Formats: sequence, C-alpha cells, structure tokens
Amino acid sequence: MSGLDRKLWRDLLHLRGQVVAIMVMVACGAMSFVAMRATWQALLESQESYYAAYRFGDLFAQLKRAPESMRGRVEQIPGVAAVQLRVVAEVTIDVPGLNEPATGRLISIRPESSGGLNEIHLVDGRRPGVGNADEVIVSEAFSKANRLRPGDQISAVINGKWRRLLIVGTALSPEYIYEIRPGDLFPDPQRFGVLWMDHGALGPAFDLAGAFNDISLALAPGADATLVIEQLDRMLEPYGGFGAFNRSEQSSHRFISNELDELRVFCTWIPGIFLAVTAFLLHVVLSRLVSTQRDQIGVLKAFGFGNRTIGTHFLKLSLIAVTGGIVPGLGLGYLWGRSLAGLYAEFFHFPALRYRVDLVVMGWAALICSAAAILGALGAVRRAVRTPPAEAMRPEPPARFEAGLLERLGWQRAVPLSLRIILRNLERTPVKSALTALGISLSVAVLFIGFYFFDAIGHLVRIEFNQVLREDLTLFFRDPLGPSVSDELRRIEGVLRVESFRAAPVRLRFGHHTRRLALLGLEADSELRRVIDVDEQVHPVPADGLLLTTKLAELLGVRPGDLVTVESLEGDRQIREAPVRGLINDMMGLNAYIEIEALGRLMGDGGAVSGVHLQLDRRARDRLYQQFKQTPAIKGLLIPEAMLDNFNRTLARTIGSSTTITIILACILAFGLVYNAARIALSERGRELASLRVLGFTRSEVTAMLLGEQAVLTLIAIPLGYLIGYGLCGLIIRAVDTELLRLPLVLTAQTFLSSAGIVLLAAIFSGLLIRRRLARLNLIEVLKTRE
Amino acid sequence: MKSDPPRTTGDGERGQLVFRARGLSRIYRMGEVEVVALRRVDLDLYEGEFVVILGPSGGGKSTLLNILGGLDVPTSGEVVFREHQLTGASEAELTRFRREHVGFVFQFYNLVPSLTALENVALVTEIAEHPMAAAEALRMVGLEDRMDHFPAQLSGGEQQRVAIARAIVKRPDVLLCDEPTGALDYSTGKLVLEVLERVNQELGATTVIITHNASIAAMADRVVRISSGEIVEISRNASKIHPAELEW
Repeated sequence: MSGLDRKLWRDLLHLRGQVVAIMVMVACGAMSFVAMRATWQALLESQESYYAAYRFGDLFAQLKRAPESMRGRVEQIPGVAAVQLRVVAEVTIDVPGLNEPATGRLISIRPESSGGLNEIHLVDGRRPGVGNADEVIVSEAFSKANRLRPGDQISAVINGKWRRLLIVGTALSPEYIYEIRPGDLFPDPQRFGVLWMDHGALGPAFDLAGAFNDISLALAPGADATLVIEQLDRMLEPYGGFGAFNRSEQSSHRFISNELDELRVFCTWIPGIFLAVTAFLLHVVLSRLVSTQRDQIGVLKAFGFGNRTIGTHFLKLSLIAVTGGIVPGLGLGYLWGRSLAGLYAEFFHFPALRYRVDLVVMGWAALICSAAAILGALGAVRRAVRTPPAEAMRPEPPARFEAGLLERLGWQRAVPLSLRIILRNLERTPVKSALTALGISLSVAVLFIGFYFFDAIGHLVRIEFNQVLREDLTLFFRDPLGPSVSDELRRIEGVLRVESFRAAPVRLRFGHHTRRLALLGLEADSELRRVIDVDEQVHPVPADGLLLTTKLAELLGVRPGDLVTVESLEGDRQIREAPVRGLINDMMGLNAYIEIEALGRLMGDGGAVSGVHLQLDRRARDRLYQQFKQTPAIKGLLIPEAMLDNFNRTLARTIGSSTTITIILACILAFGLVYNAARIALSERGRELASLRVLGFTRSEVTAMLLGEQAVLTLIAIPLGYLIGYGLCGLIIRAVDTELLRLPLVLTAQTFLSSAGIVLLAAIFSGLLIRRRLARLNLIEVLKTRE
Repeated sequence: MKSDPPRTTGDGERGQLVFRARGLSRIYRMGEVEVVALRRVDLDLYEGEFVVILGPSGGGKSTLLNILGGLDVPTSGEVVFREHQLTGASEAELTRFRREHVGFVFQFYNLVPSLTALENVALVTEIAEHPMAAAEALRMVGLEDRMDHFPAQLSGGEQQRVAIARAIVKRPDVLLCDEPTGALDYSTGKLVLEVLERVNQELGATTVIITHNASIAAMADRVVRISSGEIVEISRNASKIHPAELEW
C-alpha cells in the first residue's frame, strides 16, 4: 500500500462518523433505486408478457345484445386483427360462510383451443365442460378470500333461477390483474369475484344463445384506435352499444398503469434526493478536509507529488465512502424490492410476478451513486489541486466575519450574543446553510407527503362513508323496474327507509366534446345517498337540470347555465337538452346528477328505477341479506359497512410498510444532515469552543452555541418543509388520475406535528451524539495547536 | 525540590495567599512512554503580585499554568485556591472556579471570530457576577476606537489586547497568560505587556505570565524558573522595569 493510500484509510477512519453518514445516505439512494426500479420493471415485464401470452384485448365494448353473426362485419373494420364475442353478466352469489351476498361477474369462455382474446390462466383444476351450465372457474383471489377450492359449490341467481355451481378450477385473467368491482377504490376479493362458464352454456342461461353482449378487439400493429372505436360504436349503436373504449379506460389496466407511473416517478425522485444530499455532504466534508490538510497538501506538493496524484487521492476517498454505501444499498434494495413486489402481488394478480434485480439495474445504481461521489468530490479536488505548495504551508487564514445583515438592520443590540454567534455563522456560509436547511426540509416534506396521503384518504373515506353512503344496503336491479318497487320494498319487515335511484347510460355532448357516463337520478329529498363536495357541503339535486362534477364540466367545456345535449344510450335513445344548474367539487369519478323524476322525463320513459338505497333494522339484516341474495331481479348489492371494513384492512396493511419506510428514510436524511453540519461546525469551531470552556462557559452553554446553529437550521427547515410538502402534494394531486379520483388537499394537525416531530427527534439525536464529542473536547490540546 | 517552597525575602508584605501548591506532579502517558511534565512542585502565589514563570519549551510551565487554572489535574499533590481545594474537584466545580475567579490570555488570542471586539468581551460579562462594562475593559487596553471590529479586522496585537480585555472584564482574582506575546512582534509584544502591567496595577489581580522569553522577567515582582518539570529558582526583582524599557 502506498503511503498516500495509507493516509487515505486513516483519514476515512478519522472521519468515520461522517463517512458512515454518507454511506447510509448512499445506501438509501441505491436501495430505493434498486427496489423501486426492479419492482417497476417486474410489474411492467409481467404485465407485458402476460398481456402478450394471454392476448389481452386492445378495445372493449359492452352492449345490450347483438347476434354473433356480426362477427364478420366487425372483422371487416380496417385495423381489427381479432374479435372476441362474449356474454358477461353480473350475478349475486351466495358463498358458504359469508353472510352478505357477494357479486360475481360471469364471463363466457370458449374451449382453450379456440385461441381467443383475454385467455384465462388456469391455476388449479380444469376448464368447465363444454355446454355445462353447472360448472364454473372462479378467480383465484375470490377463491382464496373465501377459502373455496375446486370441488366446492356456490350458489348464484342466474337469470332469475337459483343455481348451484360447481367450482372446477381457479384462474387468473389479464383483464382482472387488479380485480375490482366497478366504482370501488380497493379490491374486495371476498365480495367480488370473476367466474368463468362455458360460452355455449352461459349464452342460453341469459337468453343470449347465438348472441353476445360484450366484445373485445385486438388491433393490428399501427391501427388507429380512435377510428376503430368510431366505426365500432356506429355498428353497435342499434344493438344498445354503450360505447367502446381502449385499454386506458379498462379498469384493471388503468390501475396498473397508474401504479407504474407512480413507481417510476418515485424511483427517480427518492434516490435523487438521497444522492443530491450525498453529493452535498461529500462536498462539505471533503472541502473541510482539504482546508485542515492544507499543510499536508503543501508538503506533498513540495515533495513532488503531482496534482493528478493529489486530486485522485481525494476523489478516491469520496469513491470509497460511496462504494461502502452502494454494496449494502444493493443488497437492501434487493430485499426491500422483493417485499414491495410481494405486496404488489397481493393486489395485482399475475401468473408469475417475476421479481429479479438484473445487472443493468445494479449497474445503473452503482453508476448514479458514483456520479454523486464524483460530483461531491469535485469542489474539494479542485481546491486541493489549485492550492499552490507555498500557500498550502501557511495556516488557514482566520474565518472572516464582518458586519452583516444584523448590523445593517441595526438589530445587533437586540439580539443576545450567543444568538449573534449563531446567526453570523449561518450568514457567513449562506449556501451551505441554505442547502443544509433545504435538505432537512426535504425530510420534512417526505414525511409530510407520506402522512398527507393518509389524511386525504381518511378525509375521502370519512366523507364517502359518513356523509355520502349512508344507506345500509344498495340493491342494483337486473333490469330497470317501475317506481312502485319502492312501495313493495317498504312493506318488507325490517326495511326502514327506501330511496330509489336510477343510473341511466347517456352520452353528454357540448360542442364537439362528448362524455359517456351514467346519469344518476336521485330522489329530491334523498337522505340515504347525498351529493356532497370536498368541503362537506350538501348539494341539492336539481329538478330541472344537471349537477355536474367540476372536472366533468371542465372536460365538456360547460358552465352553469349552458345547455348540454343528453343522448340516452338505452331504450329508444332519446336525444334531449338539459341545462347545467350547478357544479360540484366532489372527489370520486365524473358524476352528473339530476332528480329521478326529471331523469325519467329526460329519458322519455316515465320513471324507471335502477336500484334502491335501503336503511335496515339491524336485527333484520342477516335475514334480509338471505332474502335479497335469492331475489332474481337483483343483480348486485353494495354494503357500505363491509366496504369500509375491507378498506380499513387494506389500508392498514399498506400503511404499515410504507409509513415505516418513509419514516426511516426521512430520519436518515434529517439525522445525516444535522449530524454532518454539526460535525463540520465542531471541526471549524473546536478551538473557539474550547477557549470558551476555558473562560468558564459550561459544557451546556458551549453545546448550545454549537448546536444552536443546527437548531436554527432545523427550525427554518420545518416551515420550509411544510411549504415544499404542500407544493408537492398539490403536484401529486394534479398528477393522480383526476377522472377517477381527486384527492382533497386536506391536512390534519397530526401531519404537521408528526412530520416536524420526527425530524426534530432525528435532529436531537444527532445533537446528542455531537454533545458527547464536545464532552471529550480536550481543552489543553486545542489551545496549544493552531488548528 | 524540597518540601518547603523556595521563598524570597519580604513575601509577607505581599498580602494574602491566593494559590498554594504542594508536591504537584503531572505524568502523561503517551503509549508506552511516561512523560513527567511536573515533578513535585511547590509554589505559593500572593494577591496582586505579578509573576513571570520562565522556562524553555517543554519545561512544564504550561502544565503548571493549566493546573493552576483548573484545566488540568495533577497526578499527585494538591492545589488550594484560597480556601477551595482544586485537586479532586469535579469538572463542573472547576468550570465554576474558572468562571468566577480566573482570567485567561492565550498565545493565539482565541477570540470568537463571529463576534466583534466589544461582543467578545461582553460575552464573558454574561457569565460573570460583578463584571465591569465591556467598553470599560476595552478602554483599559486602549481599544476604545476598535470596539466594533471583528477579529479578522484586527492586528495580532489588537486581538491580544481584546483577549486581555475579555480576561479582565469579569474582575478576576487571577489573570493567567500563556505566552501572551509569543505570536507577536517586538513592539506589539511590549505594548501588550504594558497593558498587562497596567491591568495588574489597576485591578490588583494576581497576574501570572508564562514565557520562554527571559527578558520579560525583569518586569515581574517575582520570577519562577522552571526546567524539566522542576522549579529551579524563585527570585524577587528588587526593582521592576517598566515594560517599555524591556529589550529582547
């Protein structure tokens, strides 16, 4: 080992506290990069290979009913590569051991050899027999959540008839990687599942023999999806088509894409923050080292060591410190990524989520970390190289202080001396102080954002479940019923209140903007289901016009008072105009509301009812569930309480891991920055502080003078962190799929307190470590030597 | 040395005993080697006297000063400051001792770079019980015109005078100066010594200067010569020379 290298290792040993802080910072950067990047890659690759192998469709459409003979015409549309016609129906399922009824989506499948789109992946068991209407495959998530296995039986109401179904297999489908009931935010695998039945049997069961009500298309490479959608819509319109859409509106695909986008953003930003801080810390530490080693550098140069050798020496120091962080970072990244991928695998169902960390990801991690090392060392290396030998032999000139802001403002008399020391030290190195404060504020911001999500979701859930969904149960009817159904339901014992609603499929048109959605008709004095905005204001449902989600109005370009065209997509497809009466800033989906009778007039069919919201007597609940499960006219149920339970369970699971990691990362960030800043200050001011100790200042007083600087920076960083966090929350809100979900910018006192409190604790902890070093300050030696 | 401190004539007239050191030894362990910095030193210091401790580098004079000032503790022997036993005192007690009774002047001034001259002096008044005004202390060292300058804006001699002002502002009982002119040129050094003498006269604080510069000894009431950790000689100057007349 050369003499210089020996010096290098001893310097590293001497600086071990700061070197460890830097290593940990690098490890966090490398870890988060590897974990998130590899998870992102695993999800993306699994998705792509799954889509390709099981021929996931490109376009989708639902319709009332059309003959299978249309296949030829659809295949003729230019750009269409393959067509799949299916029967899809929602049914109420009675699962053994589950009190409440579950909702199943029954999908027809053809024999495996037919090579159709949206092929299923059989996990267990076998495919249902051809033409056998008693055999189904159930989705794996549903089977697991309800502990169902091939050979078990469930019951379902199929087209008005109570049928026992034998489970012959469990399966996965590229259409239901994220298996979620439409309109839900979180999957509820216990109460929603997909079932597959042979096409030859399912069609006749729903009176759709030789017909279909669901179509998927694969597009040829280079085909224009918009054109195909237009032609398909025109073709399906006479058959009750509800409008075709592409993958970006397919609910499972949409959730995965959102998640992938989010992951990609995070795997840039999180490592970015850590590596930027790494570079900054290296810069500060090495600059200080070059200052204290000016004489050594001078001696080396005087002895004939070249600039290149000396520059390399300091660069090596930086690279070694960083490498010390990369290695554990890669390992931890692999492990964290694996658990992250494991968590994803619980929500996204792939035949195989192949998580692996390949050499390319590791190479990139090592490369960006090394880049941070070089960037951080640059300033110090340049200084070492530039220092002329003779200059280097002279001691470092004393720190220059002169009259600054305090004096210009004339405030110096009003500020206690110890605070003046602190403020002037900060003012003397404004860039370093600002960057340290910025770094600490980022850790506040990271926590702030983490906690904000729970605030926002908590707020959303509170409004949604306490204010909006106030019913005990919602029934969805298979076909629209007459208004008298409410009276019939009211007569059932245990039903306390009934409110009917109607969801009418319509296309809203304004100018050249159109939007397909379900126009929701509610009773005028609706109590069980209310229309509430983000600020918890109740909006009355207009009797002579529409109440639109603000975002929807933006998309359509309408303002209150404008007349929009309402095209009915069912029945005899009336086209009417209706005024926009108001806008509502709600949080989920794109909604349009109208009073239910007015909706009947608008549709021109005099008051159909799609379903009812019910308030039930608690004691009668289970009996009523049983009764409704077996009612053929009911195709689905929604139980807010069960949804809330499921939601809380899901959230608790995801919160646990992500909050822990967020807190750890933020603590490391804050701790590293404060510790390093205090260590540097101690190195620069050790002599000054020792002198004060000699003059009779106690250890606590001297500690306060040193750490006061860090305390001031931390206190500045907290509001700054709030500001950054608030701004980033705003950006995230805008970036999150705004048609699906608009997170409110609500923040609780707890978010403010926790994010500041955790950072303060990390800062105090590093302060305590520094205080221990101050206790060991050798008064005599510091006074004798000059730096 | 013998157990009785070497006495010079006429000690009694110098007033009260301030420091009483007996059998002071200080041994440093540096790895395998033991370095004896002080060897059974006995010394008495009296109120208001001006003492120069003279000796070569490494002779042990700094160690003696550090022990007197409560910065270091002897390996054996005892030091009594008035009625306070310094040996065996806790760190907090030593800090209080320094805070209440001792003024320090360092070779390299050791001012707080971020505070002006006035503020450096004022800093000490915050922890002293009956300090004089900071400006008054600066006036005593002749720096009333430089009060708002930062250390980096002052010459070495000026910085040392600020350091003296800082040391005396609390009206200390003892003023301990470690090579106060060591980093200064001839004329500036003399200026600083003049200030020290005046402060000694006006405040009556027992003043101890350690130096390797034998010429300075002429301005002292008593001169203590130390070599190899032992007191070689203690002598009293029959007539003190004014610092301005010192030559080296």
